[in-house]
Amino acid sequence: MKKMTYAEGIREAMRFKMREDPNVILFGEDVGKFGGCFGVSAGLWEEFGDERIRDTPISEGAIVGAAVGSAACGIKPIAEIMFIDFITVGMDQLVNQAAKMRYMFGGEINLPMVVRVPAGAGIGAAAQHSQSLEAWLTHVPGLKVVYPSNAQDAYGLLLTSIDDQNPVVFIENKVLYSMQNDVDENELKPIPLGKARIAREGTDVTIITYGRQVYDSLEAAEILAKDGISAEVIDLRTLYPLDKETIFSSVEKTHKVVLVSEECKRGAYTGEIAAMIAEERFYECDAPIKRIGALNTPIPFATDLERYVVPNARDIELAVKSLF
Amino acid sequence: MKIANEQLKEMYLTMLKIRKFEKSASELFAAGKIPGFVHLYIGEEAVATGACANLREDDYITSTHRGHGHIIAKGGDLKYMMAELFGREDGYCKGKGGSMHIADATKGILGANGIVGAGHNIAVGSGLAIQHRKTDQVCVCFFGDASTNQSTFHEALNLASIWKLPVIFVCENNGYGISVSQKRHQAIADVSVRATAYNMPGITVDGNDLFAVYEAVNEAVARARKGQGPTLIECKTYRYRGHFEGDPVVYRPEGELEAWMRKDPIPKVEKYLLENGVMTEEEMKQLNDDVDKMVEEAIEFAEKSPLPSLESALKDVYSDIVEEGRVR
Repeated sequence: MKKMTYAEGIREAMRFKMREDPNVILFGEDVGKFGGCFGVSAGLWEEFGDERIRDTPISEGAIVGAAVGSAACGIKPIAEIMFIDFITVGMDQLVNQAAKMRYMFGGEINLPMVVRVPAGAGIGAAAQHSQSLEAWLTHVPGLKVVYPSNAQDAYGLLLTSIDDQNPVVFIENKVLYSMQNDVDENELKPIPLGKARIAREGTDVTIITYGRQVYDSLEAAEILAKDGISAEVIDLRTLYPLDKETIFSSVEKTHKVVLVSEECKRGAYTGEIAAMIAEERFYECDAPIKRIGALNTPIPFATDLERYVVPNARDIELAVKSLF
Repeated sequence: MKIANEQLKEMYLTMLKIRKFEKSASELFAAGKIPGFVHLYIGEEAVATGACANLREDDYITSTHRGHGHIIAKGGDLKYMMAELFGREDGYCKGKGGSMHIADATKGILGANGIVGAGHNIAVGSGLAIQHRKTDQVCVCFFGDASTNQSTFHEALNLASIWKLPVIFVCENNGYGISVSQKRHQAIADVSVRATAYNMPGITVDGNDLFAVYEAVNEAVARARKGQGPTLIECKTYRYRGHFEGDPVVYRPEGELEAWMRKDPIPKVEKYLLENGVMTEEEMKQLNDDVDKMVEEAIEFAEKSPLPSLESALKDVYSDIVEEGRVR
């Protein structure tokens, strides 16, 4: 076991793939000598140079477009968008181009590209730098959406994402960047997309979550255990493809479901999962399916307001208890 | 500039293929055989032909909603194109793309595109891939005058210029963004002046003059192959048809179409070929007949091609996932 931060997990995965495959390149705003807004690519420019680690102008449309065009011509770009909020500026290229090309052209063109996007609240960055837009991205057929919660998964999932022949949006939680996790060095290897992880086993209720809320859910599970409720926590790791099998087998065991994400609750991806469980495992549930999300507001600036809007362990604990 | 006779004949053939394919597409659309939207290239043939005559099979192009001409000029097969317009299984995209989304990866055709201005940055990406591989390929990016008001145009020219990418931006200025004339959609007369802002060469040529287009693109391609970066070439031309088939074209001043038709690019080339002894009238007549036959064969191929199976709707979204179907 060794200690590794989430940011290091991402960086080392990029370094590994770039050493292995000369066709892997990284570009985005300030990813070069500056090392990226959150320091994720620090040191890569020194190793790989100007041609493979490219600073771009502040042109998100061109960043995603350059990924689409270069991937279509046979290289493997990693494009960093500084904040997920800025993907709105490059959304045509992501939604109308990247996600559609393979299908629209009858399967003739593959796009082995990764768009890395830091997401989430928690650093006082306010409404335009704190969003969680998973629902938009998972809604679009043709995109894969990955959202790791720890260094080990970030490393393994990014290795797989870079090799994937489809456009992958790799969502990174900015609060987790500096969080250190224990990493099993023997297990630093590709993790297949679409395989969830049971973060904690339990028998009474299934908490389905991902990203930063994995930690809140684990904290809630610890408290619930003291009150005699055994909660199973599923870390989805990949939002699409979705690991229905792991979800369903847990639901069949616990018969109660709480879904947790940091998205504002209205229209959140957790709603899709709730609907899927209701549609396909309705008779396995012996209580309403609960969803925990952020309040339906933009993310506010002031620390107390931000904490109020974003869900936490207490919200999860209360939601679970309401089912018993 | 001296162009070899064989290449001149080839270019003439390309122009005829585009003109005749498009005329047939117009008729077939009117007859209800082609669904959806069709945007025709009639009148603009010299641009795609003159530009693509400078390209190799391993060079790339990005195209637009008005893409048939580009695809034919880059070597697209009329049969697969027509079958795609018909929405058939043997079409370029197996019936999943249609007129606006034809691509052929084997010929470097990175796709026609239904989003105005989307090709600019894809071309930049293509240029990036070429530069990364250190080959002397180039990418020609076709787009219309109205797309130069999209932010993508400016982002792409800026990035291509600072990275010195081998991209040739070919603007087909046909005077209209759908129904809005150029002087109503931008305050400049020549799109090429926008090159100045990105410190790249910008030139305006007569887009109905095959040789003017050919020469301008020839020079730009040579620069790009040598690693000297992008060029913006504006080709002034005109579309004879409306924005799309079915457009009532209420926005054109009287006489404008007729004036442009007197500058039709094809008779000009025919005159040159005759006067310079490249082809005889009989040979041209024969070539016209040959192309008529090609188009007929393409239509026949399209009509005979089966409709796509419903299961095929679930394929090709991802390279490795087949989406769930439905039971009816």
